[in-house]
Amino acid sequence: MGNMRDHAGRPIVVVTGMGIVTSLGAGKTENWSKLTAGESGIRAITRFPTDGLRTTMAGAIDFLPAARNSAPEFADRFADVATEEAVAQSGIGSPGSFPGPLFLAVAPVELDWPMRDELAFTIGKDAAIDYDAMLKLCGGGKYKDMHRRFLFGSSADQLADKYGTKGSPISISTACASGVSAIQLGVEAIRRGETDAALCVATDSSVNVEALVRFSLLSALSTQNEVPAKASKPFSKNRDGFVLAEGAGTLVLESLEAATARGARVLGVIAGCGELADSFHRTRSSPDGKPIIGCVRNALADAGLAPEQIDYINAHGTSTPENDKMEYLGISTVFGERAKQIPVSSNKSMIGHTLSAAGAVEAIFSLLTLEHQRIPPTINYDVPDPGIPFDVVPNKARDARVTAAMSNSFGFGGQNASMIMTREPA
Amino acid sequence: MPSSRKSEAWITGIGIVSSLGEGLDAHWDALQKGTINVDEKTFAPYVVHPLIPVNFDQQIPKKGDQRQMEAWQRIGTYAAGLALDTAGIKGKTDILGRTDMIVAAGGGERDLAVDSGILNAKVQGNAAPNFLNERLMSDLRPTLFLAQLSNLLAGNISIVHGVTGSSRTFMGEEAAGIDAVRIALARIASGQSDIALVGAAHNGERKDMLMLYEFGDFNLKEKFSPVWSRGPSGGFALGSGGVFLVIESKEHAVARGAKPYAKLSHVSADRAARKTQGATTETLESLWKASGARDDVAIITGATGAEPVTAEERQFLEKHKALPVRATGTRFGHAMEAQFPLGVALAALALSRGGLFPPADPSGFEIAMTAAPTQIVVVGTGHWRGEGIALVEAVN
Repeated sequence: MGNMRDHAGRPIVVVTGMGIVTSLGAGKTENWSKLTAGESGIRAITRFPTDGLRTTMAGAIDFLPAARNSAPEFADRFADVATEEAVAQSGIGSPGSFPGPLFLAVAPVELDWPMRDELAFTIGKDAAIDYDAMLKLCGGGKYKDMHRRFLFGSSADQLADKYGTKGSPISISTACASGVSAIQLGVEAIRRGETDAALCVATDSSVNVEALVRFSLLSALSTQNEVPAKASKPFSKNRDGFVLAEGAGTLVLESLEAATARGARVLGVIAGCGELADSFHRTRSSPDGKPIIGCVRNALADAGLAPEQIDYINAHGTSTPENDKMEYLGISTVFGERAKQIPVSSNKSMIGHTLSAAGAVEAIFSLLTLEHQRIPPTINYDVPDPGIPFDVVPNKARDARVTAAMSNSFGFGGQNASMIMTREPA
Repeated sequence: MPSSRKSEAWITGIGIVSSLGEGLDAHWDALQKGTINVDEKTFAPYVVHPLIPVNFDQQIPKKGDQRQMEAWQRIGTYAAGLALDTAGIKGKTDILGRTDMIVAAGGGERDLAVDSGILNAKVQGNAAPNFLNERLMSDLRPTLFLAQLSNLLAGNISIVHGVTGSSRTFMGEEAAGIDAVRIALARIASGQSDIALVGAAHNGERKDMLMLYEFGDFNLKEKFSPVWSRGPSGGFALGSGGVFLVIESKEHAVARGAKPYAKLSHVSADRAARKTQGATTETLESLWKASGARDDVAIITGATGAEPVTAEERQFLEKHKALPVRATGTRFGHAMEAQFPLGVALAALALSRGGLFPPADPSGFEIAMTAAPTQIVVVGTGHWRGEGIALVEAVN
């Protein structure tokens, strides 16, 4: 039996189960085959009318209907499908009893339009409709399920109930870095010795009118609607924004010791996590790139690895003019001349930006990259941006020797998080 | 080895702004006098504890920053600034640059006029299929989203105060506040972090949030009464306020010459299966047993007044009948995510002042305490889910 502790004397944290849902499909097999085939999951939106909107496409998951047409209902469904797959693969615990805590990356839960509509139509035409009028209808028990549904902790509640996780579940939001943050919380809990296992889930359902409008008003979205599959083009000169997308990813984390003791198959190692907040602006990165640089260096230090030891970077690569430029600045500062040689690809070219789920979804793709020794491409790379001389693994997947992969996530509110995964314990 | 290091964690900064005032002296004074600031009219029939008038310029000097925030973010950013002031680290960029931040947040203050306008038009039959799209595109303020996003309270604290070591936002009502303090302590105790800014903010003067809780009949209506006197059809009066704590390892505090208000010795949390009667009582009792509380402690609880959970918590408290209890809900209202950090803040304040504040409870459930407490247990029981207990101790 090898060493169970890492370079800093902490328990080594491994992954023993993974589950994923994106616009490409449900499950690792379908996602991986389509991702490495360079397929796009971006399509014209059919879930609601898009007249009058600047952006009319998304990476929607339309093959998993929810009971109600409501963002948290969809998000919960995606999370459940991904978690079923991950828990089954790991074989951990017993049905309905996961032996560790839940860390859930999830978008803020909000009361949505169908619910407000229902109240408004109940009030009817003859009275002015405002929040006072709606408030009068809310009590008395008729809508008590709405309270349960729209609490911020409601999604975690449902998962904790079904999978029987232990203790107080944590719902985390670090915007587009949430997925990494959920995994980081799990890693830290295992390293502290509080638990031998953690269930880390990330989910997002954003394909609804108000979410689309919100990002649209911030000029964050691509408006290249003509051929949806071509809209997300990270690192290209003609990139113009990200494509809103849905997804979920679940990882079962365990200490190497616990996984070994129960004979579980180790799918990969979470070698290190790093984070650093940016105080420059609510939506833009500090122009000097220091927070991103510091974040990447923190992840390397946490993993005990030198930049030379990273042989693949799964980029945040959103396809916004700002992000891709700043990500290049950050990576090229840390990796120096190697920044031009090391493969850096963006899954978002195919699946769009799954927001709260992105960090976990892309961690799973990074772990699959390590497993299959095959790097998924950055598609739609027809017009390179000369200011970003990355090897983006253009348009076609590539076989390569990958021993350590870094995945980056950056979000509104100055959120930066990076994670390093390896195939084998160091 | 970092994983085996066990550090003592000190509370070295406390920022509070609420319906009772701002800062530690004002709060201590109000608690001594038994002041309660409640508004039964503005949101009638709902009772709320309104924020005192605050000059936000004092902690958020740029008007541009204030304009980018909704009330809950301004309250929190303000309270965070107070906490940094009391800890003596305001403006100390070297420390702030490695200060870890955990914020417990709700979010989403809506534009009520925009919502109402859209709903009226829909009901009047003036809504084409693309109506919602067009109205949202034209009526929503482009930056409103940023004032709604849960993690943007932390984001604003980074921008205004320069706290950038890390930034994590927990969601999930009361439990998020408990877990924020719990994780901060666990990270510091294990050496994963040296210093953290932890807290939450809540704007209780919001019709959209009243609506969410009204679905479950949780709002206190018509007339204020203390938490312990609300009876079986009780509820909570939402309270506005922001509470932030600076928590750091003893070594870190000593090295920079910082004085502690108190020691944060223990925080644990759980999620009782509340469908089973008695489960909350049992969960609180087992958290209590693990806390290291002696039998002469005082208890500060965030009991909401909502039922049936307050009755279950009361059964737990009655097992420790001899102990003086103080309900923050009576004095501050229910500040949701901020209620547990508030309890920890008041515990640290009381320990640092060498006395517990007097009862505010005509029912007699809260008893007087004349001795100076050396341990205070903070109890958090969510109105719908989540239980937590902290042990705060005096530093000799």
